[in-house]
Amino acid sequence: MTVGTVPAVEAAGIHKRFGSTYALRGVDLSLLPGHCLGLVGRNGAGKSTLVSILSGILTADAGQVLFDGQPAPSDTAGWRGRIATVFQHSMVVPSLTVAENVFLGTQPGRGGFVDWREMRARTRSVMAEWGFDVNANAPCGSLTVEQRQIVEIVRALAAGTRCLLLDEPTAALERGAVQRLFERIRQLRQSGVAILYISHHLEEVFEICTEAAVLRDGELVLSAPIADVSKDDLVTAMVGQIRHPERTHPARRPSPSSPSVGTAAAASAPGTALTVSDIALDSPGTSLHGVSLTVRPGERVGLTGLRGSGATMLARIVAGAVAPDAGTVRLGDRALRPGDRAAALRAGIGYIPEDRQADGFVPLLGVAENITMAIVDRLARFGLVSPRRREARAAPLARRLSLVSAGLGQPVGELSGGNQQKVTVARALARDPKLIVAITPTRGVDVASKELLLGELDRAAAAAGASLLLATDELDDLVICDRVIVLVRGEIFTEFTDPPFDRERLIAATEGMGAAA
Amino acid sequence: MSEPEGRGAAPGQTQERGTSDETSLDLPRRQAGGRASAAAISWIREAALLPVLAVLLVVGAILNSHFLTVSNITGIGQQASALGVVVVGESLILLIGSLDLSLEATYGLAPMLAAWLIVPVASFGSGTELNPFLGILLVFAVGAVIGLVNGLLIVKGRLNGFIVTLGMTILLAGIQDGIVKGQSPFNWPTAFGWLGSANFGVVPVSLIVAVAVFVITGLFLRYHRSGRAIYAVGGNLAAARAAGIRVDRVRIWVFVAGSVLGALGGLMEAGRVSSVASTQGYGEGIIFTVFAAAVIGGVSLRGGRGNMVGAASGVILLSLVQNLLDLENAPNYWIDAIDGGVILFALILARVIGGEAAAE
Repeated sequence: MTVGTVPAVEAAGIHKRFGSTYALRGVDLSLLPGHCLGLVGRNGAGKSTLVSILSGILTADAGQVLFDGQPAPSDTAGWRGRIATVFQHSMVVPSLTVAENVFLGTQPGRGGFVDWREMRARTRSVMAEWGFDVNANAPCGSLTVEQRQIVEIVRALAAGTRCLLLDEPTAALERGAVQRLFERIRQLRQSGVAILYISHHLEEVFEICTEAAVLRDGELVLSAPIADVSKDDLVTAMVGQIRHPERTHPARRPSPSSPSVGTAAAASAPGTALTVSDIALDSPGTSLHGVSLTVRPGERVGLTGLRGSGATMLARIVAGAVAPDAGTVRLGDRALRPGDRAAALRAGIGYIPEDRQADGFVPLLGVAENITMAIVDRLARFGLVSPRRREARAAPLARRLSLVSAGLGQPVGELSGGNQQKVTVARALARDPKLIVAITPTRGVDVASKELLLGELDRAAAAAGASLLLATDELDDLVICDRVIVLVRGEIFTEFTDPPFDRERLIAATEGMGAAA
Repeated sequence: MSEPEGRGAAPGQTQERGTSDETSLDLPRRQAGGRASAAAISWIREAALLPVLAVLLVVGAILNSHFLTVSNITGIGQQASALGVVVVGESLILLIGSLDLSLEATYGLAPMLAAWLIVPVASFGSGTELNPFLGILLVFAVGAVIGLVNGLLIVKGRLNGFIVTLGMTILLAGIQDGIVKGQSPFNWPTAFGWLGSANFGVVPVSLIVAVAVFVITGLFLRYHRSGRAIYAVGGNLAAARAAGIRVDRVRIWVFVAGSVLGALGGLMEAGRVSSVASTQGYGEGIIFTVFAAAVIGGVSLRGGRGNMVGAASGVILLSLVQNLLDLENAPNYWIDAIDGGVILFALILARVIGGEAAAE
């Protein structure tokens, strides 16, 4: 338990400017050994820039980074010995083994020749010392996301680093893995390792951090021991003084004041919008064993479960992105051809896919073109689409979602993550869908944008009279739902029909515990 | 539930983890079945083509009584060794996730330039009658310079590797043709052709050189830090950079090494046929065979995956097929069609045997 008084890492008066925009304006930050500092902030607040500067990838325009009170080394190798960053994007080489990834670029050996035996032995001993258990000989390509993260942490520890920077480490982990990560972080902290923890999830910060700091517009606006702040304090600091009146908790629905006037009527409309019967699928990651459900017109149904429970897979099947082994999907009274996304689209199923980078938009094409991608057949005259017609259709959607861009022609790849997500939402809404299937639509989006996005999704669905099927593992997203279905191991475990939903009970249900509501 | 590791839930205890079990930490161990069999699996992948080669040898022996004779086998070895050396060069470049079309032009131009400077005017030389040993040095120097230019343009200039080396190919092949006005220099001092034509007993020198190149490169890739850096750069560039590997330097050096090997291959081929045709390399389109051999041998076009055992078996496979076609007097006009068919068939075979990761 070495808890010193000299900060393991300290940033003093860091300034950084890109062109005319200030990314960081005089940020002071310090982190003691054995402490865990949670750094939060909205997208664009300067977190990524600060991470890059602390990792030695970017150089600050002004200010200094100190390790253990000493100025940071000027060379990359020396810097890496002082702080190690586990980036959001995996920094392991999939074709190499665990041991090699741990000692990437620093393999033990003589005269430039790698001593494989020594490398494996040292990997095992570091793993054992810190209580990790990953086969040193396994190729990293065969590891789970969680195990790859362990490899990166072990890499840092093997290099003798006692200062870790974790950049949104839980983004790609399922709940069980997150808990195990937290245990590891606590254990590392107790051994005197200093940890800078960057996250979008405030509850995580409260769970494992000893201090919290908030960045807003490149400035550190709050820094305090975790015991002295509340979740509301953090949100206020992140968003600034002015909180949009509209973003006060869509959780407070059903609210009669919201523009979703049709909702109440629609929700109780007779008949079914979507009928899913006996869906079965046997695939490596996920299996489904005869899942059936119905969604009424205008109803908003949440689907949730652990990774591998099938909640996400079921949504993809409904959207026509994946063909099940058995079972049918009917929209109204029409049966849909399984696994035919184009048919599902024509039938009226809008789809917000999980991986927006891969499936959500074409980065080099403009905002308007991306938004109208699914309705080209309606816009085109003799196969030709006029840009003006396209923009005329896209503009109202972009406005409704408060999409910020330099113009409807701006390539979507240049937008921030939150705005990119709005493009995928707009695309799903463009065809006046009868049903919107959304999979974790708020992933990687900051707290304030999250609420806006959810509110808009809700409102847009209501305005169009569309039903919503929302598959997510972010329980906060479920507040807009009328009903939540929990899947466990490919079967419907239970159903919550009475919002607001109790968080604890939802979590318990996803773990397969507790009686049905 | 059989849980050999004893990590599973104790009897009576509720299994809390649920489906998270499928991501639990003992997964790779279960998948790979312990260290020994993990190694075995990777060895099988590397040797995926060996059974095919064995079958081919048997078939060849049945089809043609001359096939398994010493003179035929050494002939194959001599013919395959020039190609093999170029395949090593291309494989290195593929491993860093790049590609080089111009190896075939280097394969032609480097020996052409040297030969042109060495041989007398009567045998289509320039008349300078350069010392043949200096000529051999020049072959390597030409290779190194071409590789350096390619490397700098692609790595530092951030130009697309495909188009840079395509342009380079045509430029170099044009020079190769231009300096000799389409003629083929010949009649050089023995020293210049020695690598490609001499024998130790029954073993061709070129075969020894090619085997040495494969073995040394293989060991270097496996055991040297720079060899490992090549895999890291090709497997995940960002990770390699973050690990402090000098990514740009590694990539440029690989281009240089690849081109030097291309030039060496060209020198061996020139020695074998005792002249440098103005079509050697580009005119023959050898680069397609080079790529085919590397990919059939499991070197990934996406970078970071592949090894010398595989590359060698790819070369041997294609050479054996070629030799069989020659022995069987396959109709001349159909040789290309048969060649192409064999390449496609071998690719499919490599995917079937080697699994998902093979032949991409």
